[in-house]
Amino acid sequence: MRYIPITCEQREAMLRAVGISEVNELFVDIPESVRLTGGLDIPSGMGEIELTSHLRALADRNRSASTLVSFMGAGCYDHHIPSVVDHVMRRPEFFTAYTPYQPEVSQGTLQAIFEYQTGICELTGMDVANASMYDGATAFVEAAFMAARVKKRTKIVVSSAIHPHWRRTLETYADAGVIEPVFVDCDGDVTSLQGIREAVVGAAAVMVASPNIFGCIENLAEIGEIVHEAGALFVVASNPVLLAVMEPPASFGADIVVGEGQSLGSAMSFGGPGLGFFACATRLVRSMPGRLVGRTVDIDGNEAYVLTLSTREQHIRREKATSNICSNHALNALAAGVYLAAVGTEGLSAIARACIAKAHYLRTRLLEVDGFSAYGDTAFGYEFAMRFNGDVATMQRTLLSRGFLAGVNLGSLDAAFDGVVLFAVTEKRTRFEIDSFVEEVASL
Amino acid sequence: MTEQLAHTPGGAPNRGPREAIYELGGAESTCVLPPELDVPEVVLDEALGGVARTRALSLPHVTELEIMRHYSHLADMNFGVDSGFYPLGSCTMKYNPRVNEDACRLEGFSGVHPLQSTETVQGALELMYRLQEALAEISGLPGVTLQPAAGAHGELTALMCFRAAHTASGDPRKKVVIPDTAHGTNPASVTMCGYDTVTIPSGPDGLVDLAALKAALDTDTAAFMLTNPNTVGLFDPQILEITEAVHAVGAYAYCDGANMNAILGKTRPGDMGFDALHINLHKTFSTPHGGGGPGAGPVCVTPELAEYLPSPIVALLDDGTFVPHDPSRTIGRVRSFFGNFGVLVRAYTYVRALGGEGLTEVAEQAVLSANYLKERLKTAYDLPYDRVCMHEFVLSGGRLKREYGVRTLDVAKRLLDHGFHPPTVYFPQIVDEALMIEPTETEPLSALDAFADALIAIAHEAATHPDTLHSAPHTTPVRRLDEARAAREPILRWTAPEK
Repeated sequence: MRYIPITCEQREAMLRAVGISEVNELFVDIPESVRLTGGLDIPSGMGEIELTSHLRALADRNRSASTLVSFMGAGCYDHHIPSVVDHVMRRPEFFTAYTPYQPEVSQGTLQAIFEYQTGICELTGMDVANASMYDGATAFVEAAFMAARVKKRTKIVVSSAIHPHWRRTLETYADAGVIEPVFVDCDGDVTSLQGIREAVVGAAAVMVASPNIFGCIENLAEIGEIVHEAGALFVVASNPVLLAVMEPPASFGADIVVGEGQSLGSAMSFGGPGLGFFACATRLVRSMPGRLVGRTVDIDGNEAYVLTLSTREQHIRREKATSNICSNHALNALAAGVYLAAVGTEGLSAIARACIAKAHYLRTRLLEVDGFSAYGDTAFGYEFAMRFNGDVATMQRTLLSRGFLAGVNLGSLDAAFDGVVLFAVTEKRTRFEIDSFVEEVASL
Repeated sequence: MTEQLAHTPGGAPNRGPREAIYELGGAESTCVLPPELDVPEVVLDEALGGVARTRALSLPHVTELEIMRHYSHLADMNFGVDSGFYPLGSCTMKYNPRVNEDACRLEGFSGVHPLQSTETVQGALELMYRLQEALAEISGLPGVTLQPAAGAHGELTALMCFRAAHTASGDPRKKVVIPDTAHGTNPASVTMCGYDTVTIPSGPDGLVDLAALKAALDTDTAAFMLTNPNTVGLFDPQILEITEAVHAVGAYAYCDGANMNAILGKTRPGDMGFDALHINLHKTFSTPHGGGGPGAGPVCVTPELAEYLPSPIVALLDDGTFVPHDPSRTIGRVRSFFGNFGVLVRAYTYVRALGGEGLTEVAEQAVLSANYLKERLKTAYDLPYDRVCMHEFVLSGGRLKREYGVRTLDVAKRLLDHGFHPPTVYFPQIVDEALMIEPTETEPLSALDAFADALIAIAHEAATHPDTLHSAPHTTPVRRLDEARAAREPILRWTAPEK
């Protein structure tokens, strides 16, 4: 295929206008020894029919959630995406636009993001949300960097009950020495409060996920008190669907709230692009990473939206910026805004309640059959961990052959969690599917 | 004023401000609800251990039609590549092919969970492997990670690899050198990676000042970061001397690949002596910018650095299966899962659609179109670097400012009235009143000519009706904004008006 509209005749005319006879004369600044004369060793281009069947063949070599019954989560969830979400995202005025640096012709993106920011503030209870980060893991890391900046301390106390990918990401970023994470052990299926008390001295922040990697709800009220007594910032990672029915972190004194927002209208898409959401208290806004949309007026006095507080950002502050982020996940934020409008307060609460009820139903049923036992007994949302008495990978392979994605093998993410399986149940799962799954588990 | 505005062309989208979605609908309006519960209800507060929500939650309450009308109105106030010419320098706003959009939405791609067992995701892993191979060939750097979510993320990832490699050889270093024409993300990434930034001035020709570079380089230098072609649109002919000088002090040469569109199939950063490069798939490889993202910023490195790449990369086993693989001395993860896979699908689709010859033609036409526009505009505006350019060039509006008090910002805003997106303005900072213009290869000649005509007309208008420019734009959904007020009294979310 070819997306170049210039004809041969026009090309000749353009060459003449530039005063050359051959296009290679434009590449004379490239030293001769490194000019590529033999072309690229990449197969010839394909027409649309060929190309589409090639891609379809690749796609067909994957088994998607639509052909399997999935109980997988761990940061990527099989929620229903209302049709309207993709129809809005496919409006080319949104997806073919650049960052809204020219506000006069970007009011669409700007207002949509402003409304997204509002939705995240509503869910988290925080004052301010930015226009998005890459994903939950990088939003979490940025929160650690921000806390270190605000408190002028490097020590960051982090729960061990966070997603292993987030932990590894944080450790990678920490190698630069800007932050020094100290991990607090678990007490069963939650973070050890005693561990936090011991580690918090001199820390810039304490960071926990609630629900945590086991799906369990942490005691945010108590942790918040410990953190603030020590003069550190309280960073909480949360699940945005659950926040519809769960007291938001702001009520427990959270200073920064982050999380993975893929559940809000983005496809699983093999794990990306998802959506990192990032919210904080007003007093911290000038230390925040990422873009922010604000409301103002134009010279005629009309209400309008614009990127604001940009002096925090890399294109202005360069090495003193609050982050290096430039491209973010604006289109996923737009999707989240449309999603929140499509489900509304009542819909999101009902979805959360359905997920919780179905997850509790599955857990109760699994406890009745051999093989699985409780990992802990802390309250959870719609994801829960269980111990499996046997080889997890073999069990999952068998159930896959019967059409089920039997949870996430936490041991494959972190050897410390060997033998632990994490199940997520979304509103899409039916009682029939859950019952069938339990029957298959019982027959193992 | 009215008379002056008689020349204002129409055509720009023109729908005025819109109420917030929170103000629409009725209290009982709903759009999508979950099915009836088919399992026993739970008592929420009990299930959640006593933390059921007590704080009010106020999301929109609208019907599907209201959603579509709302976002249609917002879309009408937005300008995308499909709306018109978008010559934003260093951003490569080329056409976003629709087959890419269909490909990433195939259920076998969009509906796959990243933690499924590898035998159930062979197609996804193969696509990633093939894309790694293509990017290795294009860059001349055989180690490829597709993990970074954006260009800046790629820069940081590469710097982390440098740090790890220097540390492993017992030679940790403290600083990174950049030219004053560098994108802001470069120094910001340097800081996040715990290095100090040393900025060197460019030469009067807009190129690297080799003497200044050599003076800044020492054995405490971890890397030199260079965009090549650079941000004034020039390919630095001293490139081999530059990378040699960098290597002479044991530092790494980093290429910011934002401008790869100019050199596809013509030359390769690996051959020039660069050790690492990031590629913006949302620029060169036609994936959409999405109003700010998501993009993807794969990093390509030398074999020596490949063992430090973040985990996982995709490997092909002898038996023909594709597996995620952790490089032997990996720096670790830089994000969750496998990268922005949906973006990778689009880029792979583009590579296969064009093939090697098609990609080379992209660079040739992008460079020719830029040079053509440069020739058409170089008398109406000042051209600080009058030589062959690559895929973009920088003009200066300095003369208009001196003679008529018209600034580049005014020119940019007036372009909006003509139905064009303005070029990148005030960057790079070494050019007074800069206008950085990148037409891309996908624009028809008629669009290039119409844009040149408009910019020339605006330059004349600056002499005759400067006030029309000062107050531009006149035809857009909103006019110039009070940005100072937005920053002074930030309103960052919608709140219900007090009754």
